[in-house]
This record gives sequence, structure tokens and C-alpha cells, in this order.
Amino acid sequence: MAVNERDPVTGRETTGHEWNGIKELDTPVPRGVLMFLILTHIWAIAWWFFVPAWPIGTTYTKGLLGVDQQTTVEARIIEGQSERAPWADRVASEPYDSILADEGLMQTVRSAGDQLFGDNCAACHGRDARGRAGYPDLTDDDWLWGGEPETIEQTLRLGINAAHPESRIAQMPAFGRDQMLERTQVRDVAAYVFALSNPDYSTEETIDRIEAGREVFATSCAACHGDNAEGMAEIGAPNLADDRWVYGGDMETIIASVHGGRQGHMPTWDERMTDAEIRTLSLYVHDLAARQP
Amino acid sequence: MNATDRMIGRLTSGERQAALILCGLTALSGAALGLAGRNDVVGWHGLLMLLFAGGFGFLLMTRLDMAEPTEDRGASYYDDPIKAGIVLAMAWAVFGMFMGVWVAAQLAWPDLHFDNGWSTFGRLRPTHTTGVIFGFGGNALIATSFHVVQRTSRARLAGQVSPWFVLLGYNLFCLLAVTGYLLGITQSKEYAEAEWYADLWLVVVWVTYFVLYLRTIARRREPHIYVANWYFMAFIVVVAILHIVNNLALPISWGHAKSYTIWPGVQDAMVQWWYGHNAVAFFLTAGFLGMLYYYLPVRAQRPIFSYRLSILSFWGITFFYMWAGSHHLHYTALPHWVQTLGMTFSVMLLVPSWASAGNALLTLNGAWHRVRDDATLRFMMAAAVFYGLSTFEGSFLAIRPVNALSHYTDWTVGHVHAGALGWVALITFGSLYTLVPTLWKRERMYSAALVEVHFWLSIAGTLIYVFAMWNSGIIQGLMWRTYTEDGALAYSFVDSLVAMYPYYIARAFGGLLFLIGAVVGCYNMWMTVRAVPQATSRTGDQPVAAAVPGE
Repeated sequence: MAVNERDPVTGRETTGHEWNGIKELDTPVPRGVLMFLILTHIWAIAWWFFVPAWPIGTTYTKGLLGVDQQTTVEARIIEGQSERAPWADRVASEPYDSILADEGLMQTVRSAGDQLFGDNCAACHGRDARGRAGYPDLTDDDWLWGGEPETIEQTLRLGINAAHPESRIAQMPAFGRDQMLERTQVRDVAAYVFALSNPDYSTEETIDRIEAGREVFATSCAACHGDNAEGMAEIGAPNLADDRWVYGGDMETIIASVHGGRQGHMPTWDERMTDAEIRTLSLYVHDLAARQP
Repeated sequence: MNATDRMIGRLTSGERQAALILCGLTALSGAALGLAGRNDVVGWHGLLMLLFAGGFGFLLMTRLDMAEPTEDRGASYYDDPIKAGIVLAMAWAVFGMFMGVWVAAQLAWPDLHFDNGWSTFGRLRPTHTTGVIFGFGGNALIATSFHVVQRTSRARLAGQVSPWFVLLGYNLFCLLAVTGYLLGITQSKEYAEAEWYADLWLVVVWVTYFVLYLRTIARRREPHIYVANWYFMAFIVVVAILHIVNNLALPISWGHAKSYTIWPGVQDAMVQWWYGHNAVAFFLTAGFLGMLYYYLPVRAQRPIFSYRLSILSFWGITFFYMWAGSHHLHYTALPHWVQTLGMTFSVMLLVPSWASAGNALLTLNGAWHRVRDDATLRFMMAAAVFYGLSTFEGSFLAIRPVNALSHYTDWTVGHVHAGALGWVALITFGSLYTLVPTLWKRERMYSAALVEVHFWLSIAGTLIYVFAMWNSGIIQGLMWRTYTEDGALAYSFVDSLVAMYPYYIARAFGGLLFLIGAVVGCYNMWMTVRAVPQATSRTGDQPVAAAVPGE
């Protein structure tokens, strides 16, 4: 065999081949690479002895440590539950009044509730719980179904217009679209409702419409929203006399609500959360409003 | 005479007829698909196939009576499909990277979907991944593999029509895939989103590629097969296997885009990530190592550091990667023992990976002054460094307890981009800057300064991107696992999202720099072909017909 060319820079011989000008040196594999290779292999083989690793027919090698991710995760879940048990059990079983009176326990409710709210409620009601069009603000004192922990818990468990068999049901009929009211009546009653929270709107020019609207309201709306338009929490009918609105309080939106009706949706959380979680959230939401200045 | 005339003029009339028949058959398949799927979105894809094949058929038909070619095929290489492949690769690069910047911006500013269905994140994201991996990467691999196999085998490609069928057929697949996502067609398998008919088409194209490559190597006039060709062969063979097995599916009818995979439950997940990880291994690694093994020593004008190290790393990479896919499914319904195997093989894989990176960097010994002066060679040097970094990171992330922190976070995204930007794209740009002047027989690239600008834009973009994702990924992972002393989670998911905001902006900015670099590269290549004089005394390739020593 002919002596191969020697590379002047490294002093190594080439392999004697050339491909379109490319040559290769015959450098041996560096010792470090081999050591590293052996080391990773030893580590891998050792690891196979300790944990589940190789299939044998319908089973597999279980490993000397006896660990398995299924049993590990089950143990960790129980561990986590027992860590939460001291306060979670109390929240799940004690009356709301005594929990509210225990400032230490309420601290925990606020921090756990904040995470639960962020993961389950914030998508609709907003991270700050202030809501947006169609999704009520939960930080104010204006409640569709009541703001006590007990009523909030009911809303969470049953939902509103939800799939739960005992769901809370609330529907604003489509007075315009379903021809229960004339177009002018819709405009009149909207003017009346708008004027309730905007006294300045009532002028000589508009007073006739507002008065006409008052009559429409008495016959078509008062049954649910009450004679003074302050709503009824028992049936989820909102207060129309204040300046807080679920869908918006400008004239256009009010007309749209009267014309097309409204039917909001709040899912049922009954089977998606534990009792402790539902009651934590009930307290958290109640507390949000109570803490507002 | 324009480029189309020249390229078609190099085919004999018999070859032109054969190509025309192929176009006709493809157009017919398109028409059949369009007809069967006229009540489904797949009808549009039938039409797309018809127009695509019909367009090339028209080009051929109007040139059927051109004169027969006069070149001596025995004494020349076939470079036309390579040139077209480079142009397509760069076009896909700009498209795919633009889509990447857009989706990155959507993560910071969600309103950037402008209320259209087609431009929502879920549809745009696969146009980015398919655009850069298959469009840019795939075309670059086809082009460079055609170049490398001819030069290192001293044999012309074993066919005149089949290279075109491979290149154009492959681009038809990419078009079907990308337009399908925008239309809402997807089989929801990551990096394998294209539906059954596009997958079937790719099988035909890929098998043709495989046969063409084998036949060319069989013609070689060199006694030994060069390392780059081992890698290209591994890339072609394994991608064929992965693609076929992962895409086994039953369409609900011949006239619908929708299909159901034959793999049930966790086995589907395992097959998908066996595919997914080996797509990284054999598409994004083996193929591009083939590129590195040719263009780096050519540009550095140095022999490969160690042939023995090449052997060790080639067989290490091809063997170990096959086992590693299950590390994508740590702590899932996949049995524990499969996860252990995935993790241990991933760690063993580090040695051959680093051996490859080391072999590349040690090849530069004696040429470091060139690395300093020549941005093209520096592209390839940086690529080897990023290859080493991201393979280390990959093995590290495959360790179960580490994965418990990193999984589902942006750390994974950062890792992928350290590989995709730092390794795959940089080696491609370095290779193309070497290849373009050679192939078009120009003295040099149009502007060395612009190559330099591209290099620094790419490096800055990659580093900004990767650092942003490391930070955000680790923050996410920590926020998700932090408990209060009461044993409740300390943060909600939304809290972690809010914390990501500055990093998402930084990421989009890094990506934008990288995109600008690619546009600069396109301009530079375009001007090289347009404005740089023909080389007069360039040291050319060894000709096909030169005497072989010892023959």
C-alpha cells in the first residue's frame, strides 16, 4: 500500500481518498470521546437496573427501586390533598359566617381563590373580575342572583341557562323581534330605561317619549324588573335603575337588548370542582365585592 | 432565450414527452380529486394540482419542437434542478420566516389575526413550521444533495426528468400542505399536518428521490462513498419510513380531506413522536450534516479532521436517535419503561452528536484565519457550535426530572429554534453562499459585506430569540409548579401568560432580525447571478470523465 499524503498542519496522514478536492485525515478517535461514550453507556445500563426499562413479552423489567410513575403520581396527589386538608376541610364544612370571621382562614381563601379564579373564571369575567360586555362585573355590589356566599355558591353549582337539571334560568324576551312590542314602543321604553340612570336625558323634547316608555315598562317589563326597575335577584332580573350594565347602558345597546332579548350563559361547575374549591371561590368572589371601597 | 427555454432545451424530445406525460398524469389525478371532492374543501386542492401540473405541461408543450440538446452528458454534471432548488429554498425561507414573525407577534398581540378564520394562530403556525422545515430546509436539502452526490461520485444524476419530478413534486406537496392549513385542513399531527392525499403524493415523490439517489451513487467513479452521501442516504431512507408509518390513515371518503389515523390512543402518540423526533434527527440533522460534510471542508480548504470520528458519529446518530422519541411523552399515559428507554438513549446520543460537531470544528484547525475573514465559513462554524449546544440541551431536556420543569413551556420552543435557526439555517446559508457562485460560475458573491451583515443579523436574531425563550420557559415552568405554604397553586395560568409578555415581544424582534437577514441573502444571491462577471480562472470541479486513479 502506498504511503498516504501527510497533512502539514496536523502532521496526520490522510485516508488516501479524495472527493472533488475533499480529503479526510486518519486521526484516531480522541480518547476523551471514547471515555465519554463508555461513561454514558455505564450510566444508561445502571439506570435500567433501577427503574422500569425493558419489555419482556407482556411485562417489563420493574427495576430495583420499585418506582412507577402511576403509583408515584397517586401518592403525590394524596400528599397534596393532605397538605391542603387543614384549611380545605374547614372551608368545605364550616358555615360561611364563621369562615368570614376567621381572618387567618380568609387569607388562605384569598390566595387559593385567586388562582382558582384565574384558571376557571378569568377567561370570561377578566383577570381583575371586572367583567366585560355580556359578562358581569363581580367586584361591584350589583348582583344578578345575589352576592352572599350561599347564593354565589348556588350560581357556581347550578349555572345560569346551563346544562344542569336545576340550572338557574333567566331570559330576557326578544320584544322587538318576536313582535311583542311595536318599533316605537321599543324606542320609547329604551328612552325611559336610559333616563333612569341618565336624569339629564329628560328634557322637554324627550319627555313625551319617556312617559310613553314608562307605560310600556309598567305593562311589559315590571313583572320581572320590578315597578321601580330595580330588578329581582330571585329570578336574575338586573337592576336597570343604576349605572351598572351587563351588556352596556348606551341607547343603542338598550334598544338592541329590548329588540333581540338576552340570554346569558354561566356554566355549571358542580362536577368539575370539589366542594372545597366551589366554596373557596364563593367566598373569594363575595370577598372581592365586600373589599371594594 | 430565457431560463425556461434553456432548461427545457437540455432535455431530449423523448424526455420532454415523458415529462409531459407525467404532468398529464398529475393533472388527471388532480382532476379526479377535484371531481370526487367537489363538495368539500379538498376540491380546491384537486384544482391546485390540476393548475400546477397543467402549468408545467403547458411550458413543455410549447417547446416540444425545440432542437435536440448538444451537450456531452457523459462529461458534465446536471445543475439545472439544483439552481431551481436554491431559488425555491430562498423563496420558502422568506415566506416561512415571515409567517414565523407573524405568529410570534400574535402571541404578544393577539389582535393581529384581524378577525379572519384563516389567519388565526392555529392555522398560521403550521404554515410557519412547514414553510421553514419542508419548504426552506427540504428544498435546500434536495438542491445540495443533488450537487454533492454528483461531485463526490463524479457521476451525473441518473436521470434528466426524475430530478425535476422530485423537486417540483416536492414543492407541490409543500403547497398542498400550506394552503390546506389556511383552508382548515389538518390531521393534527405536529410536523405531519398534511392530509392523506398530500401524504400519498409525497410517498411517490420521495421514493423517486430515493431511487434516483441510489442510481446516481451506483454510477459513481470514485471507489468510496463520501460521508456526506451516507448522511443524505440516511435522511432519504428514514424520512420515507417515518412518513409512511406515521401517516397510515383511512380517509372518510375519496372526496373528503378528513382521515382517521390507524394508530389508537397512546400508540398514536408514540408513533407521532417517534416520527417527530426522527424528523428532527434525519431531516433536520442527518441531511444538514451531509451539507456540512461537503461545504465546510471545501470552504475551509482543509481535510476532514477524522474519518474514524465520522464513522463513530454516523452510526451513533442513526442508531441512537431511533430510540429517543418517547422523551417527548414523559409523565404521560405512555408506560414508564418506554420513557426510561427514550431518556437513556437520548443521553447516550450526546456523544456521537458532539463527535460530529467536534469533527466539524477541528476540521477548521489551520483555517481559523479564514473563519475570521470569511463570513460564509463563519456561518458554518457558528452552525457547528449551535449544533453542539442544542444537542447538549436536547439530551439534558430528555432527562425526566428536567423535563418535568421544561415540558410544555417555551424552553422547548427555544431549544427547537437554537437548532433550527442556529444550526439548520446557518449551515444552509453558509452552504448556499459557497454553492451559488460555484454553480452559476461567478467569481464570487456579489457583496461580501452583505454576507457579513446577514451573518450578524442571524446571530443577533438567534441569540435574542433563544435567550428570550430560555427565560420565559423557565419562568413559566417555575410558576406552574410553585405552591403556597397552604399547598395551593401560587399562580394561575393567566398569571404566567402575563409574565411572558416582554419575552414574546423580544422573541418576535429576534425572529424579525433573522427574517431581514434572509431577505438580504436573497438580494445578494440575486445580484450575484445578475451582476457578477463570469469566472474566468475559477478552480473548477473535477470533471465527470477524468481518469480515476487506479482504474
